[in-house]
Amino acid sequence: MASAHAIPSLDEEFEFTAESKRRIMISLGVGVVLVAIGAYLLASGAGSHETHVAAHGAGGHEAHEGAHHAYKWTNRLWANVWLNAIYFTGASVIGMFFLSYNYLAQAGWSVAFKRIPEAMPAFLPFTGIAVLLVFFIAGHDLFHWTHPGLYDKASPEFDPIINGKKGFLNTPFYLIRVVLYFVLWYGLWRVLRNFSLQEDLYGGTDYYEKSIKFGTAFLLVFGVTSSTSAWDFVMSIDTHWFSTMFGWYTLASWHVTGLAIITLTVVTLREQGYLKWINESHLHDLGKFMFAFTIFWTYVWFAQFMLIYYANLPEETIYYRERFSGYGGIYKAPFLVNLLLCFVFPFLILMTRDAKRTHIILKLAAWCIIVGHYFDFYNNIMPGTVGEHAGFGPIEFGMILIFASGFVWSLYSQLAKANLIPKNHPMLEETLHHDI
Amino acid sequence: MSDAHDNGKFLVGIFDDDDVVLQAVKEVKNAGVRIHEVYSPFPIHGLDVALGHPRTRLGIAAFLFGLSGTLTALALTFYTEGFDWPMIVGGKDSYSPIVYVPVIFELTVLFCALGMVGTFLVSNGLGPTVKPLMYDLRTTDNKFAMAIDLSKNNIGESDIEQILKKSGAAEVNVKQF
Repeated sequence: MASAHAIPSLDEEFEFTAESKRRIMISLGVGVVLVAIGAYLLASGAGSHETHVAAHGAGGHEAHEGAHHAYKWTNRLWANVWLNAIYFTGASVIGMFFLSYNYLAQAGWSVAFKRIPEAMPAFLPFTGIAVLLVFFIAGHDLFHWTHPGLYDKASPEFDPIINGKKGFLNTPFYLIRVVLYFVLWYGLWRVLRNFSLQEDLYGGTDYYEKSIKFGTAFLLVFGVTSSTSAWDFVMSIDTHWFSTMFGWYTLASWHVTGLAIITLTVVTLREQGYLKWINESHLHDLGKFMFAFTIFWTYVWFAQFMLIYYANLPEETIYYRERFSGYGGIYKAPFLVNLLLCFVFPFLILMTRDAKRTHIILKLAAWCIIVGHYFDFYNNIMPGTVGEHAGFGPIEFGMILIFASGFVWSLYSQLAKANLIPKNHPMLEETLHHDI
Repeated sequence: MSDAHDNGKFLVGIFDDDDVVLQAVKEVKNAGVRIHEVYSPFPIHGLDVALGHPRTRLGIAAFLFGLSGTLTALALTFYTEGFDWPMIVGGKDSYSPIVYVPVIFELTVLFCALGMVGTFLVSNGLGPTVKPLMYDLRTTDNKFAMAIDLSKNNIGESDIEQILKKSGAAEVNVKQF
């Protein structure tokens, strides 16, 4: 019984130890070395054997695109930076999303580990810079729609379908949107974070009331920008294709990843001896959250897939053809692994009540989801950017390590800046006696 | 949850506060009295654990109801589209299971939901002709009642009354069904 426990001391500072700093620096170094090796291999042509194996693309659309931008090995490098930048943008912004809807719902139970989602969005500026950098350096190679000839009736490249999307997909508007996303998300997070830190010092309910207002404002902003950013970051890569479910789909993917990161951090910190006030009911609720949004992601994934399967329109089915059998079938494995890791496995192991209260199962499920959704973004980004030249080599693993190290560093240094539980939060009593 | 077979003589302790009744459950049990059930206007956290109720089997019931829905939907779609009247729609096989996932899903949910409503009515002894057994009408308002079945306890009635009073009962009544 949770309420029978004595509540441990609430003065607890997270210590970002020199040892963990060293470990993160090592993994960052390994990442850089792996990327360098991968880049060297690609540049020297060792990776080109994949090209010979690959059969020709899934359809005329790809052949048509292939005709006017030649593949360079750097495309794979930049596609990887893009993939990780988008993945970790999601992982960061979901921290803010979680905080905001918990404020709006006036939820009390989540206060016990509120500092963790609160620490996540600090990484946004870095992914924002990465996104802009890739767009400026390699936007032309990754994004078909940036080719000016597509919009020029006189050009042989002219494409009436893409020309019809000009009002939305043009470089100035695109850049304005991307900058706006990061400024709004990060800016609103800074406001909420400052309220939270000031609440620690001065107490009272004013900061709580103001946080509800700004959290709600963020939800309004995110309601629109989560969809548009999904179109901009991911869907615009496959310029001809569109899905009306794509905004939700990407949000679902980001959201469950964020929840898995929160859960994993809570469990890890508990195992290191922190967060003693978190009881089994908190863990159970986090497990339920992961379980529910695993199903939600699958629901959206399947809804998008089934409509396209059912209607059987060539311009829509090409998307799944490319991923399931196109490019010599190289995307078939990630496509299936994605479903296995994002749905089948977490769904089955998180099913029972006891599983959701057990550290090891929660960790397993969280890792499954975190890795699985990397494949989700891999499947959505790689076919449209590098096509048959994709693969899993040092460059992929290295890039994951670089971004993950950065994310963990940013998370830990934010956690170290404040007491691990907001001591003056009005819902503190409720969260300490959380019992379901 | 009331038991459909409630009958005989009961001692009913009336409490004014949920914390008191939760504490009283432990004290009364420690004194060796078997508690029949506690009635409350709202759920009390930790009460089922304190009473020593076994884990609910609702999950198993829900699973079986859901499974019956899944099987019904599979049989329905397979019989109609695969066997009785095969049709080719959109260039797919006449029986392509992916198309029927929504049907399977919906029937699973429907059977599960209706089954759980039925389970609720049966397990709570509710129905159009059933007269509910009330140990004390005030448990629908602001009081908490602890019912003790005298036929299942070896301790004398006045001793139990003393134990209830000592653990905080505002009044102790006798209820005969």
